[in-house]
Amino acid sequence: MLSLDNYLGIQPDALEVYSQRSEVLAANLANADTPGYQARDIDFRAALAAAGQGQDQEQGQEQGQVSSQSSAASGGALQPETTSPDDVTASPAQGGVSTEQYLKYRVPLAPSLDGNTVDSQMEESAFAQNNVRYEASLTFLESKFADLSTAISD
Amino acid sequence: MALSNIFDIAGSGMSAESVRLNTVASNLANADSVSSSPATAYKARYPVFQAVQDSLAAAAGTGSTGAADASVMVRGIVQSTNPGTASYDPGNPLADANGYVYSSNVNVVEQMADMISASRSYQNDADVLNTSKQLMLDTLKLGQS
Repeated sequence: MLSLDNYLGIQPDALEVYSQRSEVLAANLANADTPGYQARDIDFRAALAAAGQGQDQEQGQEQGQVSSQSSAASGGALQPETTSPDDVTASPAQGGVSTEQYLKYRVPLAPSLDGNTVDSQMEESAFAQNNVRYEASLTFLESKFADLSTAISD
Repeated sequence: MALSNIFDIAGSGMSAESVRLNTVASNLANADSVSSSPATAYKARYPVFQAVQDSLAAAAGTGSTGAADASVMVRGIVQSTNPGTASYDPGNPLADANGYVYSSNVNVVEQMADMISASRSYQNDADVLNTSKQLMLDTLKLGQS
């Protein structure tokens, strides 16, 4: 059976990382005048690589799920009870890509006296670039869905 | 969802910058105010900005550090301690016994520069808000065409 996650590939993860990066950049811009604020950015390559691995682990968990049902319940994290192997379980890592450990501080080009390292122009251009890439991912997803609906309707 | 947090972040930035614009307006309006003693003369006001980090993470009890959301808040308003100028103007009804009036310590040039800086930052935040809104709308329309 065709898995929708596999079919869409890396694009949904990329979309998530892009949107989190634009949040970080928006925070930088909002704090452009805050004394002592240090600008941050996401290490995109590492975050996306980890997001892809997270997906693989999730799939691995699903495959080995029937045998490890009882051990998952004692794993500390709150797990919904499964009464049948066909039940859908929620793995802790599901529904989001965590990029917190890939937050890095920017190296300032021109440090200012008040300790603020936000360069508004740099952040603006990074934000614009990030949004264009977000749109690109969205366009890829759009065409994937268009392909799917062609396959279904023809 | 990360994109919807941008509304809070850019909104907090816009609100902080508008407080800054408010203080600039108040300082410029009172640039020529005089008083009968140095203590009661108008003092230039400045907002103090502070980054608010991990507020959501702390509230949710997830204990995560270094979360991406760093909105900005106005910690308070401080008054400039620069001395104002005293000028001899015995005809002024506010003049003291020696005929001096005490003007505010507002530096008009500095205030104008501050105003431009605040309005540029406000524009940046408004742009961020608009762009994020457009991205969210595009994402909502995914697969509908």
